[in-house]
Amino acid sequence: MNDRRPDSGLGKDLIGLETLSGDTIRAILDTAEPFKEISERAIKKVPVLRGKTIVNLFFEPSTRTRISFEFAEKRLGADTVNVAASGSSVVKGETLVDTARNLEAMRIDMVVIRHGSSGAAQFLADRIPSNVINAGDGQHEHPTQGLLDLLTIRDSFGRIEGLKVCIVGDVVHSRVARSNIFGLQKLGAEVAVCGPKSLIPAAIEDLGVQVFTHVEDAIQWADALNVLRLQLERMNAGFIPSLREYNRVYGVSQARLDRAPVDTVILHPGPMNRGVEIDSDVADGPQSVILPQVTNGVAVRMAVLYLLAGGAPERAEEAKKGEA
Amino acid sequence: MTSEKAQQLLDAAGVDETLHRLASDIMAGGGGEGLLLVGIRRRGVQLAARLASILRDTGGFDVPTGSLDITLYRDDLHQIGPMPIIGMTEIPGDIDGDRVVIVDDVLFTGRTIRAALQELADFGRPRKIELCVLVDRGGRELPIQADYVGLTVDASARDLVEVRVPELDDMSSVTLVSAARES
Repeated sequence: MNDRRPDSGLGKDLIGLETLSGDTIRAILDTAEPFKEISERAIKKVPVLRGKTIVNLFFEPSTRTRISFEFAEKRLGADTVNVAASGSSVVKGETLVDTARNLEAMRIDMVVIRHGSSGAAQFLADRIPSNVINAGDGQHEHPTQGLLDLLTIRDSFGRIEGLKVCIVGDVVHSRVARSNIFGLQKLGAEVAVCGPKSLIPAAIEDLGVQVFTHVEDAIQWADALNVLRLQLERMNAGFIPSLREYNRVYGVSQARLDRAPVDTVILHPGPMNRGVEIDSDVADGPQSVILPQVTNGVAVRMAVLYLLAGGAPERAEEAKKGEA
Repeated sequence: MTSEKAQQLLDAAGVDETLHRLASDIMAGGGGEGLLLVGIRRRGVQLAARLASILRDTGGFDVPTGSLDITLYRDDLHQIGPMPIIGMTEIPGDIDGDRVVIVDDVLFTGRTIRAALQELADFGRPRKIELCVLVDRGGRELPIQADYVGLTVDASARDLVEVRVPELDDMSSVTLVSAARES
């Protein structure tokens, strides 16, 4: 339980996709497949994490990620406790480490953490023996979102290698974008980003990512678009002139998609601003896989929890061979 | 210094003959009405498919098949270190009121079957659950017995009973690999 491994494979924790190998990512996606079926059963529960205690430690508001984790945990039979920043001792000034140590003292097994500061998940992982899963830290990574996007793309095309995927919108503030870029590239996809210059990181080309300034060009190029949520507070901060202007120039509309050479698959991590970064007819249209993303989110999180509970997920493939 | 001794118990023709007998025993045990054959991954799945095809060819019965991966229900998951990759579980439709025959290659400790029973219960409440195995090698650790047995082998705990199926092993056979005594 206390083994301290460097975060090279998927050792004790899941902090980000940047440090994972393509094989480890593939193993997680393959493990997610059978977990999809469990959510279709009459009794949606397997006894894998029976007796394990998981704390969902959310220092930032989140609805779907927290609910998705909670479903995943409960369907694996774990006991869960939700701690939200408001209404907890966090507002009383307790540090992250003190909060975690107090939880540890109550004998927990895993922590799922969402935090506004980049690096918070790693910081915690280095200090407690429990498994730590990053549910989004600042502008760093949101690995389970990246994994569920990969799984959904793989479901749509039957593969990831060789696909062209463009991330559209507020890339500079997006941990989802970073996890997507790392994951997609490790599995052999070509990645591009598209958005106003103010929302694209300056040195993004160094990651091997192509940059489009016109969304029409991105749509011409891509097999799939991952449309990011435009954080409304960005407008007040002066990154974009207005929401209407943003929609006119960068909004993903059906008219724009109709001019594409292929039926572009549309992803969105949610929650959507309909009529801003994505139009309603696209979000609800036949090319949208936004709801399958939500379904896959539970399966991917079940897979991550399952693999981390065993301690050495990168060895899952060989472990199967020793089956009695 | 140890050496192994391999003894073939059934060749392809022997396996085929045994499966024909098992198929007819399953029929005699309750007919084809509401019958579902569920193979346990991995080799039970292929055996269940072959039993179903024998029932189709000989009796004209179209018996549905399913598969179970019992990994998530193993009682030693907390002991085995890295978690194994899981295979698909596919149970067709509603099993309430069905007669389910679990099919596996080798019956040994009975722990796999215990896990399979627990997993099946999460899909519904069959009228009856029975167990069909190609080989019963003894060595039970739980009070579980098979209803249909192809071959009974008296094997010691250190022996290995290997069932090969064409889909995975390019051949069909049952082999007993005896762990040699100290010489």
